Amino acid sequence: MDQISDGIVKALQLIFSGDPTVYGIVSRSLLFSGIATILAVLWATPIAMLLSLKNFPGKSIVKGFFTAMIGMPTVALGLFLWLTLSKTGPLGFLGLLYTPGAIILGEALLVTPLIVSIATNAIEAIDPEMMNLARTLGASESQALTAVLKEAINGIIFSNVAGFNRAIAELGVALMVGGNLAGFTDVLTTDISTFNARADFASAIALAIILLLIVFGINIMIIIARNPRVLVTLGRMGQ
Amino acid sequence: MTALAELKNLTKCFGSRKALNDVTLQIEEGEILGLLGPNGSGKTTLLKVLAFLERVDAGEVKFQGETVTERNSERMRLQSTMVFQKTLFLGTTVFNNVAYGLKMRKMPRSVIEEEVGNALKLVRLESFKKRSARKLSGGEQQRVALARALVLKTRLLLLDEPTTNLDPKNTSIIEEIITKVNRELKTTIVMATHNMFQAKALPKRVALINDGKITEVGLSSDVFTKLSRNLAAFAAVENTFNGFSRITDAGTSIVDVGGGVQIEATFQKQGEISIFISPQDIILSEKQLKSSARNMLKGRIAEITDLDSLVRLKIDVGKPFTVQITKCSFNEMGLNLNSEVFLTFKASSVHTI
Repeated sequence: MDQISDGIVKALQLIFSGDPTVYGIVSRSLLFSGIATILAVLWATPIAMLLSLKNFPGKSIVKGFFTAMIGMPTVALGLFLWLTLSKTGPLGFLGLLYTPGAIILGEALLVTPLIVSIATNAIEAIDPEMMNLARTLGASESQALTAVLKEAINGIIFSNVAGFNRAIAELGVALMVGGNLAGFTDVLTTDISTFNARADFASAIALAIILLLIVFGINIMIIIARNPRVLVTLGRMGQ
Repeated sequence: MTALAELKNLTKCFGSRKALNDVTLQIEEGEILGLLGPNGSGKTTLLKVLAFLERVDAGEVKFQGETVTERNSERMRLQSTMVFQKTLFLGTTVFNNVAYGLKMRKMPRSVIEEEVGNALKLVRLESFKKRSARKLSGGEQQRVALARALVLKTRLLLLDEPTTNLDPKNTSIIEEIITKVNRELKTTIVMATHNMFQAKALPKRVALINDGKITEVGLSSDVFTKLSRNLAAFAAVENTFNGFSRITDAGTSIVDVGGGVQIEATFQKQGEISIFISPQDIILSEKQLKSSARNMLKGRIAEITDLDSLVRLKIDVGKPFTVQITKCSFNEMGLNLNSEVFLTFKASSVHTI
């Protein structure tokens, strides 16, 4: 109990003291996971659209593959990427290993199946005749697709948020291909692990609390942005 | 009359099933063409082909003399629009839904405001602009869907069962609008229905479709006078029966339609015959009625369908009969599935096909 309360006190101190080391760790976490999520969304969204709107041979196998890959152990993916990006690996020439680029690539690959699966379900939930409705009202193919995506927007945003949550909370990939180099590739999760290994529990708990605050904070901001009436409800509850 | 659209030897398959089988049909400019057939007969597929939403596997589609291809179908779609049987809405207001097609056509905002207002006035929903389209009643939704199509003023308007599951009030409003639009704007309309009364009343011409094939086309007065057994074969047409008629000494006819059901009619016909009785002509009661009506059948309620202010009932008297009563009456009579009821109707309500 003392350790937890020490951790909470230390977390508050670190947040409000403006400690540059802590802010550096937080910034790197947000940056790497943010870019990874954006990358994943860029290639996952067209895949989700294809899986939900088109029929092709082997479609169910592809869908099953992405669903299965949601459970990919991060350390296994990290190991596979390490082997690929190492000097003797097929992509060693890129010089990505132990750089932020490797973490970003790894996390993007990690969250892609999750984004694909959730986004596919969201688009499939829209009535399949919606495309035809848009077309018969004069929409072009791309306009009709946009109409469908707009209808599925809540589910698509949820897929993106779920992807970001997974990316920022994962440890295995960041550790294996990032190397946890202080001030360069260390992020919240790798530093929590490091402090824990050193028995510096207060620091580990502090960073864990900060990580939780970030995840909750971002998710709450997105909920409010999608539905501002939540603020009114919260306001009434507070009165 | 010039042909607005022509379908020549059309075949459309979904997997191994032929939804349309060698269909040839001309849609004349300015007409209302009824497409009558049971569920699964190919009506919706035919409408989608005319809406340029479905590619055909064989045959040719022409619109205003031009063959429709994949290249020009997007341009052609600006000239026709379809109202689907199942009303679908974008998750936004009535205004935005009705305005959608105009926005796709890049109309100025002021024009959109005016045209949407006019379209909603036509369907008698002027005050509904800001309401959520998905939260309207069934009848209101169908009217908004119609407004969304009418606002585009396309050459060809395709309606897929526009009044199915609507109460008489909304049905009447929609039928009025269809007639008005055809008369005043000269819009060519193709309307799919399995309601024989509607197919008889609204369109000038009727095409009968069954199993993906057009079995008859002609003036609706001719098609319905012709004692067409094709009509009676349509499973979805309510209260239609095939049977054997014999003339009685009293100068009426008794028609044996099977299932132990015999129906008395005022006409005099001997031999094989097809008849129908309008659901609106049938009185439903809990007890036997003493009246001048010649037909009284006892049966049980087999199916109940809620239609807002009305309730549609399927009664098994040995043969299935469809009856419509108000929800008030349904509740007051305390009816339920398997309730025993009596159907009463006059001999003059029995019509030959």
